[in-house]
Amino acid sequence: MRTPVIEAVDLRRTYRTTTGAFRRRPLDVEAVKGVSFEVGEGELFGLLGPNGAGKTTTIKMLITLLLPTSGTARVLGYDVVTDAARVRERIGYVFGGERGLYERLPALDNLRYFAELYGVRPEIQKQRIGYVLDLVGLTGRERERVEGYSRGMRQRLHVARGLLHDPPVVFLDEPTIGVDPVGARELRATIAALTEQGKTVLLTTHYMFEADSLCDRIGVIANGSIIAMGTPRDLKGVVADRTIVEVEAFGVSDAAMASLRAIPGVASVSVEERDQAQLLCVQSHKGVELTQTILGKLDGVKVGRVAVREPTLEDAYVALVTETP
Amino acid sequence: MTATAAVRTETRLLDRRIGRLLVMGWRFHLKTLSQSSFFILVSVLQPVIFASIAFFMFRVGGREGTLLYAALGAGLMGIWSSVLFGSGGAIQWQRWEGTLELLVTAPAPFILVLLPLSLATSSIGIYSLTATLFWGVVFFGIPLQLAHPWLFALAVPTTVISLGLLGLVLASSFVLYRHANALSNLLEYPIWLITGLLVPVSFLPGWVEPLSWLLAPTWGAKSIQAAALGGDPRFPILMCALLGVVYLLIGSRLLRLFERLARGRATLSLT
Repeated sequence: MRTPVIEAVDLRRTYRTTTGAFRRRPLDVEAVKGVSFEVGEGELFGLLGPNGAGKTTTIKMLITLLLPTSGTARVLGYDVVTDAARVRERIGYVFGGERGLYERLPALDNLRYFAELYGVRPEIQKQRIGYVLDLVGLTGRERERVEGYSRGMRQRLHVARGLLHDPPVVFLDEPTIGVDPVGARELRATIAALTEQGKTVLLTTHYMFEADSLCDRIGVIANGSIIAMGTPRDLKGVVADRTIVEVEAFGVSDAAMASLRAIPGVASVSVEERDQAQLLCVQSHKGVELTQTILGKLDGVKVGRVAVREPTLEDAYVALVTETP
Repeated sequence: MTATAAVRTETRLLDRRIGRLLVMGWRFHLKTLSQSSFFILVSVLQPVIFASIAFFMFRVGGREGTLLYAALGAGLMGIWSSVLFGSGGAIQWQRWEGTLELLVTAPAPFILVLLPLSLATSSIGIYSLTATLFWGVVFFGIPLQLAHPWLFALAVPTTVISLGLLGLVLASSFVLYRHANALSNLLEYPIWLITGLLVPVSFLPGWVEPLSWLLAPTWGAKSIQAAALGGDPRFPILMCALLGVVYLLIGSRLLRLFERLARGRATLSLT
């Protein structure tokens, strides 16, 4: 393990909200339930989990935006609660989506303003802004208003903003969400280049291939807890003894799903909506031939392509998230 | 370099950084707010409408000499509205746009991030004052003869800065409470009334006056009216400036407290 740059020890965060229309009662929602991990210097660590798993809450505690309910976290040795100012000087934060920019102004004005807020020395601001614009491929478009930018361009501008002050630690919260495939690939190349520059990166995503291709290590988070941690290869090992039957189907009912799960030898069943069709993934133990049995259970369902393949990180993730109690 | 010289250089760099943060931030937010045609339109139209109503009322009442008083009052009402909706609305808007979290996580002290925003919103209010004076001169033939032009030139920026600092106090609460901008609607009319922006405070019940002394718009109105219409504007200018300093101290304390509370209560973002 390299020198820990990010350390989270038993981090917990509870949100207090209210329930009831007329008689409001307080309701505590435990979003993060004792998360612990370390990220070494120059490492690209991924937090992988479904929506609402606690990824963003964890990252917000680490970047000093939220106070933990309990537990501790340090970035470069500085406590995120008591040394927030020192942490802020040393981190960059980039989140996904269209928000977080001053839309009515050109990208250049946005970057100049944040350069000032991030304490970039005036004499190097021009050079630094030019560098980050070049890095994200926005050179020549910087004088255009952000409101005219595509989603991918906005996202790249977010990355440029987060790197303005050359922070040693960068937090990326679902940076490629909603970006078209070409734009996302370019962004991933930019992210990969960050660790080559020696930066420590914490990335949250729910795109498996992104985590697989970028991360040195991954922590899988579900229902506010880390349920598995390791290299992408380690995690794939969770399902190394399995075979995946993939069925393209149209109109799979809940009853059909239940009957598939009941087949002896089936470890897990998941379904992904794809436009008009559904992609059914049935995980079974290696050596057990279940294709015909599965198709038999889909009686009355229109079936398209059927394939048997080796497990991927996504299958490992599905197995971890669905099979962990 | 000796230790003293090093400290002096460090202090100079810090002063320079604070100065740059304030000036660049003010310019940036002024530019952002100026891009909102709705905000500018409201800043100009609303005081012009109020000024017109006051002009007609004063003219019907045969009080021609008070027309400039009405124009200045309506302009100041515009500055106050701009501060109220600007400071509150801007924080809420930044929360919607997702930029509030970025401002909080920036290494710059939050007071130096928010202060230029408040000052920019009050500066936008100068549109209101200019519009009502222009309206009065062009459409109502009110001669713009200032009793003390130099003191008028001092009273206006002092009032604008002081109101901006009052906006900072309000903005700090808008950081903590997601729906605090609803407070803006409650505070607009009472402040117009009790600070003598259109009706002299002496017309109101006695208990209002001490309350009005705590509010910068009162002294701002007195200073601008005295500088324009005659009288001694120096004391009101001084009071306006002093209240500005008090607001700055209160605002910075509240901001530090509310920022921490907002991080605890998770109110910096919408979700």
